[in-house]
Amino acid sequence: MRSKLLIAMMLGAVCWAASAADTVKIGCVAPLTGPQAHLGKDIENGARLAVDTINATGPTMGGKPIQFELQVEDDQADPKTATVVAQKLVDEGAKGVVGHLNSGASIPASRIYSDNGVPQVSPASTAVAYTHQGFKTTFRLMANDSQQGKALGQYATKLGKRVAVVDDRTAYGQGLIDEVIKAVKAAGGEVVGREYTTDKSTDFTAILTSLKAKRPDVVVFGGMDPQAAPMVRQMRTLGMKTHYLGGDGMQSAEFIKLAGSAAEGAIGSSPGLPLEQMPGGADFTKRFGERFGKVQIYAPFSHDAAVVLLQAMLRAGSAEPNQYLPELANTRLEGVIGPIAFDDKGDLRDGPVTLYQVKAGKWQAVATIGGPRAK
Amino acid sequence: MISLLPQRLYSDPRIARVAFAALALLLLILPFLVEAGMGRTWVRILDFAMLYVMLALGLNIVVGYAGLLDLGYVAFYAVGAYFYAILASPQFGIHLPFWALLPMGAGIACLFGVLLGAPTLRLRGDYLAIVTLGFGEIIRIFLNNLNAPVNITNGPQGINMIDPVMLGGQSLTRPIDFFGAQISGAHAHYYLFLVMTLLVIFIAYRLQDSRIGRAWAAMREDEVAAEAMGIHIRNVKLLAFAMGATFGGLGGGLFAAFQGFVSPESFTLMESIMILCMVVLGGMGHIPGVILGAVLLTVLPELLRYIGPLQQELIGRVAVDPSDLRMLLFGIALVLVMVFRPQGLWPSKVRARELRTDNPDEVRQEQEALYDAER
Amino acid sequence: MDVLLQQILNGLILGSLYALVALGYTMVYGILELINFAHGEIVMLGALVSVTVLAALAAAGVPVALALPLALAAAMAVCVVAGVLVERVAYRPLRNAPRLAPLITAIGVSIVLQNLAMIVWGRQYLAFPPVLDIQIYELYGATVTNVQVLIVAVAGVTMGGLLLLVKRTRLGRAMRATAQNREVAGLMGVDVNRVIAATFAVGSALAAVAGLLIAAYYGIAHYNMGFMLGLKAFSAAVLGGIGNIPGALLGGLLLGVIESLGAGYIGDLTGGFLGSHYQDIFAFFILILVLIFRPSGLLGERVADRA
Repeated sequence: MRSKLLIAMMLGAVCWAASAADTVKIGCVAPLTGPQAHLGKDIENGARLAVDTINATGPTMGGKPIQFELQVEDDQADPKTATVVAQKLVDEGAKGVVGHLNSGASIPASRIYSDNGVPQVSPASTAVAYTHQGFKTTFRLMANDSQQGKALGQYATKLGKRVAVVDDRTAYGQGLIDEVIKAVKAAGGEVVGREYTTDKSTDFTAILTSLKAKRPDVVVFGGMDPQAAPMVRQMRTLGMKTHYLGGDGMQSAEFIKLAGSAAEGAIGSSPGLPLEQMPGGADFTKRFGERFGKVQIYAPFSHDAAVVLLQAMLRAGSAEPNQYLPELANTRLEGVIGPIAFDDKGDLRDGPVTLYQVKAGKWQAVATIGGPRAK
Repeated sequence: MISLLPQRLYSDPRIARVAFAALALLLLILPFLVEAGMGRTWVRILDFAMLYVMLALGLNIVVGYAGLLDLGYVAFYAVGAYFYAILASPQFGIHLPFWALLPMGAGIACLFGVLLGAPTLRLRGDYLAIVTLGFGEIIRIFLNNLNAPVNITNGPQGINMIDPVMLGGQSLTRPIDFFGAQISGAHAHYYLFLVMTLLVIFIAYRLQDSRIGRAWAAMREDEVAAEAMGIHIRNVKLLAFAMGATFGGLGGGLFAAFQGFVSPESFTLMESIMILCMVVLGGMGHIPGVILGAVLLTVLPELLRYIGPLQQELIGRVAVDPSDLRMLLFGIALVLVMVFRPQGLWPSKVRARELRTDNPDEVRQEQEALYDAER
Repeated sequence: MDVLLQQILNGLILGSLYALVALGYTMVYGILELINFAHGEIVMLGALVSVTVLAALAAAGVPVALALPLALAAAMAVCVVAGVLVERVAYRPLRNAPRLAPLITAIGVSIVLQNLAMIVWGRQYLAFPPVLDIQIYELYGATVTNVQVLIVAVAGVTMGGLLLLVKRTRLGRAMRATAQNREVAGLMGVDVNRVIAATFAVGSALAAVAGLLIAAYYGIAHYNMGFMLGLKAFSAAVLGGIGNIPGALLGGLLLGVIESLGAGYIGDLTGGFLGSHYQDIFAFFILILVLIFRPSGLLGERVADRA
């Protein structure tokens, strides 16, 4: 009887010693419910793959073994909810955060993370304002709207000097188009007309007719695919034979589905490289596919975001934000998405933007602007 | 049956005093109880609940006391919030102090209340509802687009980095040292909101029992008779809008300081409808009922969020997305309440008599016209 | 000049769509003095059902000439059932209630329908199957498609049909009687409940037609499309005179043209100060102006104030 107790105690002690590996918690926030739930899940899966991969290598910090833990939260793509879950993560001891998806969520949440010194790496937020608030804790792994707008504007001017623009009066659309206009002017083009719509409209005949009268060569739209699709259809029925360009909100399979035959020839931009062209793309697709299935869009970015955070902690030998933040800012890493380095604002240096065109009913990459592998 | 509290509570002064003291104590320590029981995120939710109590009490004046269905109430909330945001942020570089801005914001909202109420004086019922809805939308669209030619509201990007509330040089968003203990931002804001809410409740009660309150009740029950009795309908209606708007503006200013970020997305029609739901479901015209409605409708959606993980545990997958359910349940609740208990969950005796449709004493009201043809 | 013509044409098409939806509002208001907020959602239901059925039939290889009427019939069936159900469950119990109650209930019904549609069909946009052969015609420098011509024609024919129904049939007579005085009509042998249900049925069938046409014209259907559309159609009905059938058509066309011309020219008119992003406000402004200066609408009768 006594020996059994002794064995139990010894086993207990061994178990306790084995689980004595400290855990370091990082947070992952994305919309896990709602219309973008599939993208949010993609972000979670990418981060999880990274955390599990690093955990499997038996990382140590300050001589002691540690395990990283991922705490996943749902921000429903809503600014208010984003601040609530940001506070929650901070209160529950997250040492770094991968997230959020929408700029409208990342920006208010970033204030809470900054007030508490917790670094935040966004795999998907593209609004320029996110890294321009003067916070030291905001980073992102994707070309921002400024870089994307510049690429779009340059490419548009190559196709024709007379450029008309439409934006949907959301933070994303308007930000993108403002940059496009700057780039067009810098490239020697002329903005012949600017019209506006909303992110709920379906009838664009009035503004398109007005633009048609100004005889543009190219029309650039800043907004999402549910507007872009009817817009291009109405353009064709109005007899406008202009080129049609849009940002990453338009560059999706939904656009082709909704626009039908009118989609042919439309050009959309997307920050980052296409998965096949990413340096770590093939390997990532295989590893990700074994566990989670098909990559949606953001998994490689959230994977690298987690890697960047964890590697910074390991290099600094500490999970405390004020210790590893300088390491984070000095990251030089070859990630799945390509070379990663941050500028002084936390933006990705040399973030590439890829342009795709609809050919025979499918998006095909036609050009890459920026990035070390520019074509 | 109608009143949930025993009569003794009202009539015996000793019991009333004890009850008051208990309530005061509960309110003082509530945030600590909540944090201990449910975590700090819930303290933040409690703060929002109080904000909505203020807003609901404001709308209660318009809908509950005066009987004017206002579907654009969120416009005043937006005006108050943006007023504070514009004058206390990097937007123009102006940083006026909180204690000056808050009353000014409420005052500006009051002005808007009169402005938006003036064209609606001849309208009743459905027409009034639609026109106020239109005003709400107009304000939102203007806020979304007033960033060119002069950038007043920063358009869809919203205004960020709003100054937090400063109490004697101490910002309320950072943890405060209080006799050695640390009070977090959420707690500090709770006490601020508590004081404001109590003020609003006090004013609401005084209004209800004043000449104006009786004038509103008379107008609500029979406008023609009230006018015949010498009540100046035009002024009384404008006063209702003005008072309601003032509370809305107050709430807006507090919201801007609390969240630090305002954008037109927070001031949609759905918000107006939500606040209306709080008033209607709680008990139109009855202050405790409205408070109950506001607290319930702020807390319940947060509780709904647990259904996602709960389903995950019980059946292994999320069958019904909780964010999908939220609005559906609201709509159903609204219909059910209006059909079966239009007086709300906690009505006053007077309103219950007015609104119950199975009342044998009631004379069927003449179908009123949607507008006043004679003026 | 051709730009102006094109904008006017655009406006007429848009206006015809508004008119079709406004007819439903006006019918229900005429008989119940109730603004059925949920009407826009019934249109949305019609659009979603017709798109889904049409896509299924087209995928099964059914020829367009047969698939289209079948989809329309399915949409009408669903809409009529929904409309009558809504009336029975949400509006009938409140017929004698104070004004505020049916109004708030209508908002609730609108929310319920929207969210049910979201749960059933999901949040993504549905594409109208590419089964229609779009022909583009040139008209003095402006372009018109065959679908657009169809829309205007349908709006006109529908209005005519409704007028016929209301003025020449027994049901129409019963409807007019109920609208004038519900109790006396009941005394005269009119089954008031059935007449009201029939009114909702006709209105909902119209909504289904409108939904199909909108989905065909814009190529997409979505659970959120009914709301703004409903508000604008309601403004159109008020503009023309609520309760008045030709008024709904007139109001719709006028609103469509004003919106089109406004969105097209406002930038030039105000020197860039206001732009086409204020497009949605036109409907509201018109509504407010009409309600301040001529609340009975363009073709409506003045209602005397009861002393």
